[in-house]
Amino acid sequence: MAILKTEDLTYTYSQGTPFEKTAINKVNLEIEEGELVGVMGHTGSGKSTLIQHFNGLLEPTSGKVYLDGEDIWADKKKIRDVRFKVGLVFQYPEYQIFEDTVYKDIAFGPKNMGLSDDEIKSRVYETAENIGISPEYMERSPFELSGGQKRRVAIAGVMAMKPKVLILDEPTAGLDPKGRDKILGLIKSYQQKTNSTVLIVSHSMEDIAEYADKILVMNKAELFCYDTAVNVFGLSNEIEQMGLDVPQITRVFNKLKERGIDLGKEVFTVNYAKDLVLKALKERGLS
Amino acid sequence: MLKDITIGQFFPGTSLIHRLDPRFKLIITLIFLIMLFVGDSPIGLVIGAVFTFLSIALSKIKPKLFFKSIKPILPFLIITALLNLFFITGGDVLFKWRFITITTGGIKTSVFMIARIILLISGSSLLTYTTSPIALTDAIERLLSPLKKLKFPVHELAMMMTIALRFIPTLIEETDKIISAQKARGAEISTGSLAARARNIVSILVPLFISSFRRAEELATAMECRCYNGGEGRTRLRQLKSSMCDYIALAVTLLFLAAVIIVNIIF
Ligand SMILES: Nc1ncnc2c1ncn2[C@@H]1O[C@H](COP(=O)(O)OP(=O)(O)O)[C@@H](O)[C@H]1O
Ligand SMILES: [Mg+2]
Repeated sequence: MAILKTEDLTYTYSQGTPFEKTAINKVNLEIEEGELVGVMGHTGSGKSTLIQHFNGLLEPTSGKVYLDGEDIWADKKKIRDVRFKVGLVFQYPEYQIFEDTVYKDIAFGPKNMGLSDDEIKSRVYETAENIGISPEYMERSPFELSGGQKRRVAIAGVMAMKPKVLILDEPTAGLDPKGRDKILGLIKSYQQKTNSTVLIVSHSMEDIAEYADKILVMNKAELFCYDTAVNVFGLSNEIEQMGLDVPQITRVFNKLKERGIDLGKEVFTVNYAKDLVLKALKERGLS
Repeated sequence: MLKDITIGQFFPGTSLIHRLDPRFKLIITLIFLIMLFVGDSPIGLVIGAVFTFLSIALSKIKPKLFFKSIKPILPFLIITALLNLFFITGGDVLFKWRFITITTGGIKTSVFMIARIILLISGSSLLTYTTSPIALTDAIERLLSPLKKLKFPVHELAMMMTIALRFIPTLIEETDKIISAQKARGAEISTGSLAARARNIVSILVPLFISSFRRAEELATAMECRCYNGGEGRTRLRQLKSSMCDYIALAVTLLFLAAVIIVNIIF
């Protein structure tokens, strides 16, 4: 059974004013447990609005959201439990840090869950280790850390609640390539270690190509497609027309194909590309 | 939640009211306020109401938005009206029970008060609904500029107001975002025990203060990079120009005021 499911999910901001704006329109999708899903789309396509429905921060204008088969709005009083099951890390999460030590800030979520002090402590240390924050930082002020470290502390704050589904809204925004790879690598290893379902929002395919099992593409408030990475990259022309970047390596292979050198379809990681090129060279007796 | 605040909001448009010179609009609003408080006969109040409805109709702004701006103060209005009704005595006694007496004077006072406040809020909402905050502070700066001779910091005041107004939506958006982020970590803002709520308020205020200071610093740097150094010798991109329409609107408003005063004298 799908862990997350939506039915004709629609949300309109500022309904009934001149600023009315339908940010997502009739979205139907099912996300299976244990997958790492990349959520893609142009700025303003409705990605952030969509994911805020998964943990009940936004209530649908119409349509339904199911978590583990249950309508999350069936009982409004239980919406807080949904927030513990579906952890959401906002864009630029370092701006929500407020405690005076790293430890306390990571512990904020688990504390709100009403866990025992021992449990909180073990979770904070475990999560910090997973995300590469060494124990000597625990008693420091989070405001003295570097940008990348702050962001990891903020992400740890949500991971420490051990949600079944972890959603990250543009976790790499504003980071340099090195910081970006580090965060994405840490998220991937978190997912493998905990077997949880993870959604990563990004407007860059380059970010997601290597890590995601499945890719969800939003376009102008509608679900454009939701499929395996291979199939989605097969649509690279349509995706480029939406104004989204496909990975550079995919562009290189598409251009090669246009010029009559067809080395294979749906190439989106450099490693896979390398294998294809070597294979082709061998076949033609060039190496 | 926060996004439903309409007071002080601006709804762009091209109606006659939108196009009036903001200086004139400001003065007209002041005259309108005087009109409401000078008129102490029912006919005077009706004239004020006609003026309000006429302006609202001309602005082409949905009447619903005016109800929205009145709604938040409705409970307060009703309570004061009831107090007035029960405790102000004057005129004929209509009803008496224990310490409660309802008199014609009491009814008159409370009806007047409600009508006046509703008209007052609708009229001043109309000003902010149809005038961009920037135009409004520009107008205030111009109208107050004679005070510069008395060393009153008019430009600085207007600049502060412009910046504050400019950042209200940003601040609301930011607050919404931080509240959402902390809710996602299980913070209870509107429910829960008092101690928990207090702690959760801190989780919102601290990030909000930090980002406001960061914003202020960035803005100051950006302004200095563009060589801002006060109002001295500064020219304007948008020049305020008054047209025939503005004078006519002012004249019509003055006529309404005159009508209210005449009604007062006659009755
Ligand atoms: N709080 C809000 N109030 C009004 N409109 C909003 C709000 N948040 C987003 N929108 C609008 O909804 C649309 C989708 O926004 P969003 O979900 O943030 O897109 P994305 O995350 O893909 O960039 C945009 O057009 C945006 O302007
Ligand atoms: Mg977004």
